[in-house]
Amino acid sequence: MMQNIYKILENREIASGTMSMRLEGEVDFYRPGQFVNIAVPGFTLRRPISVCDWDDRSFTIVYAVVGDGTERMSRMLPGESLDILAPLGTGFDPDAGAERPVLLGGGVGCPPLYGLARRLLERGVRPTVVLGFNSAEKMMLLDEFRALGLDVYVATLDGSYGTKGFVTDAMRLNGLDPDYFYACGPTPMLRAVCLGLGIPGEVSLEARMGCGFGACVCCSVETVGGSKRICMEGPAFRKEELIWK
Amino acid sequence: MEMTNGNSCPGEDMNLADPRLEVDLGGVRLKNPVIPASGCFGYGYVMSRFYDLDVLGAISFKGTTLHPRFGNPLPRVAECASGMLNSVGLQNPGIDAVLEKELPMMRSSFHGPIIANISGFSLDEYRECCRRIDGAPGVEIIELNVSCPNVHGGGMSFGTSCESVAEVVRAVKEVTSLPLFVKLSPNVTDIVSIARAAEDAGADGLCLINTLLGMRIDLRTRRPIMANGMGGFSGRDIFPVAVRMIWQVSRACSVPVIGCGGVASAEDVLEMMMAGAKAVEVGTANLINPTACRDIIRNLPAAMDRYGIENLKELTSSAQGN
Ligand SMILES: Cc1cc2nc3c(=O)[nH]c(=O)nc-3n(C[C@H](O)[C@H](O)[C@H](O)COP(=O)(O)OP(=O)(O)OC[C@H]3O[C@@H](n4cnc5c(N)ncnc54)[C@H](O)[C@@H]3O)c2cc1C
Ligand SMILES: Cc1cc2nc3c(=O)[nH]c(=O)nc-3n(C[C@H](O)[C@H](O)[C@H](O)COP(=O)(O)O)c2cc1C
Ligand code: FES
Repeated sequence: MMQNIYKILENREIASGTMSMRLEGEVDFYRPGQFVNIAVPGFTLRRPISVCDWDDRSFTIVYAVVGDGTERMSRMLPGESLDILAPLGTGFDPDAGAERPVLLGGGVGCPPLYGLARRLLERGVRPTVVLGFNSAEKMMLLDEFRALGLDVYVATLDGSYGTKGFVTDAMRLNGLDPDYFYACGPTPMLRAVCLGLGIPGEVSLEARMGCGFGACVCCSVETVGGSKRICMEGPAFRKEELIWK
Repeated sequence: MEMTNGNSCPGEDMNLADPRLEVDLGGVRLKNPVIPASGCFGYGYVMSRFYDLDVLGAISFKGTTLHPRFGNPLPRVAECASGMLNSVGLQNPGIDAVLEKELPMMRSSFHGPIIANISGFSLDEYRECCRRIDGAPGVEIIELNVSCPNVHGGGMSFGTSCESVAEVVRAVKEVTSLPLFVKLSPNVTDIVSIARAAEDAGADGLCLINTLLGMRIDLRTRRPIMANGMGGFSGRDIFPVAVRMIWQVSRACSVPVIGCGGVASAEDVLEMMMAGAKAVEVGTANLINPTACRDIIRNLPAAMDRYGIENLKELTSSAQGN
């Protein structure tokens, strides 16, 4: 893991209130679903954001502008630099052995699934993609997933695009029959997916973090195997590990 | 995971052994006064990915209790202007797992003095924990965290009354011969009387301060940000409170004082030592910048030069005059 200065190559809005930022610098991600922890100028704690995709010398994050820190990030310009810790955490396992996996994304939970889709394709595994958003104006990455040659289904809560409802509704209505799932999104969605789908899978959890690298245990969740840190043993956990109360 | 170090070459940290930085902490020799504070450095080894931990003066490990504790529900952290709140609730794997697993791992990445931060919710728990840690390889100091509520005392924190602080100290002194430092809670009306009570009961040293009680509220939800509501306030914001309390206590007591609270730079270390600290713990700064302690140690000699400080041993309490 490295603490490094990364140069912003690009920072643009890709959906309403959603930014895509590409950063240049040393890149050693080894699993999709890993995250970075960003020191935003003027803020005390770092902001954890998942890596969306990466190549040899740059990586991309996609983030929603929700509070002051992400708002500050959204105003940064190409050429400016950020102090970032990366790579952090244990991401999704692209070698889990799935033959027909489905990728289930909710809102800003969609970005890490793009990097995962690419790593699955590299292994000859072709996932189906189901993305859920509040409304059509929040939709993102559809073209990128389609450009990989994947089938993409969409659910919107207000019905402004695709299936009206949740990703699980879009799965059912389109008769999808996956043997494994990878999910990232809001907690109620992850809960519904874990409790509702009778197949094995992995979900990526979120928590407010103190450090992001395992030192403070601010981010621990209780699992069947004892307490685990979302920033170290996670953010991706196998469905069987999690306890939903 | 292959770990490289962003801004140093491997041999560079060896230069950090500098006699000007050496201090004595109640009979324990430290190569420098910089100690990662309990709860902000795990059991050490998690940080060895960032730098060679042997540059550190000592390490205080995560507050350990008799039994494993999961701690409080999430969220248990909230950001502040230049600090943070935590309501971790003393999550730890329990003393036996610490002795069997964490300590050996800690000792494989750090070979200096280990400070065992011990917490308890009853006198018996403090006593039993300290009895078990006594004699553990590498552990040279016990640091009693007395900020925990006493389950037999109506939930009042041990550290908020002279009587209960004295009781804990006496109970623990019976079972250990290790130097015993009491880590004081700042959430009291008169820190000096509590410090004196600890000293009179036989404490070999004091550490101050632990976190200040605080709270943040989410404007959007109109609810406290942390699930537990209140939590411990730490980070740069609390530095002046810590300096003031170290000053007051080191004037009133003769045992050595470890300073702690908001330290983030070499200059902060010097200031805290001038106020009365023999050594200085760094907590929250590690969470923001994982190499904070190493960076502070590196910057100490130049900062000392700037203020005409020959060596750190002579610095303690120098602001208090004679
Ligand atoms: C492992 C992980 C991966 C993430 N990946 C993404 C991503 O790819 N895209 C994206 O848009 N968001 C992602 N998030 C959420 C993102 O971290 C928060 O939206 C962001 O920190 C909000 O910062 P702010 O200053 O704008 O909000 P504020 O509410 O002002 O932040 C105040 C404090 O709360 C923390 N915080 C607030 N909301 C969250 C949250 N949902 N999760 C964690 N901490 C939070 C902030 O980090 C900060 O410390 C991820 C979170 C985690 C834990
Ligand atoms: C996340 C976190 C966990 C902590 N856990 C402990 C603990 O287990 N035992 C203890 O004595 N102090 C604990 N502390 C307090 C610190 O050791 C230190 O006294 C306090 O944070 C003030 O120093 P700082 O401002 O440098 O962080 C914790 C602090 C933080 C931020
Ligand atoms: S955020 Fe500090 S351990 Fe996970």
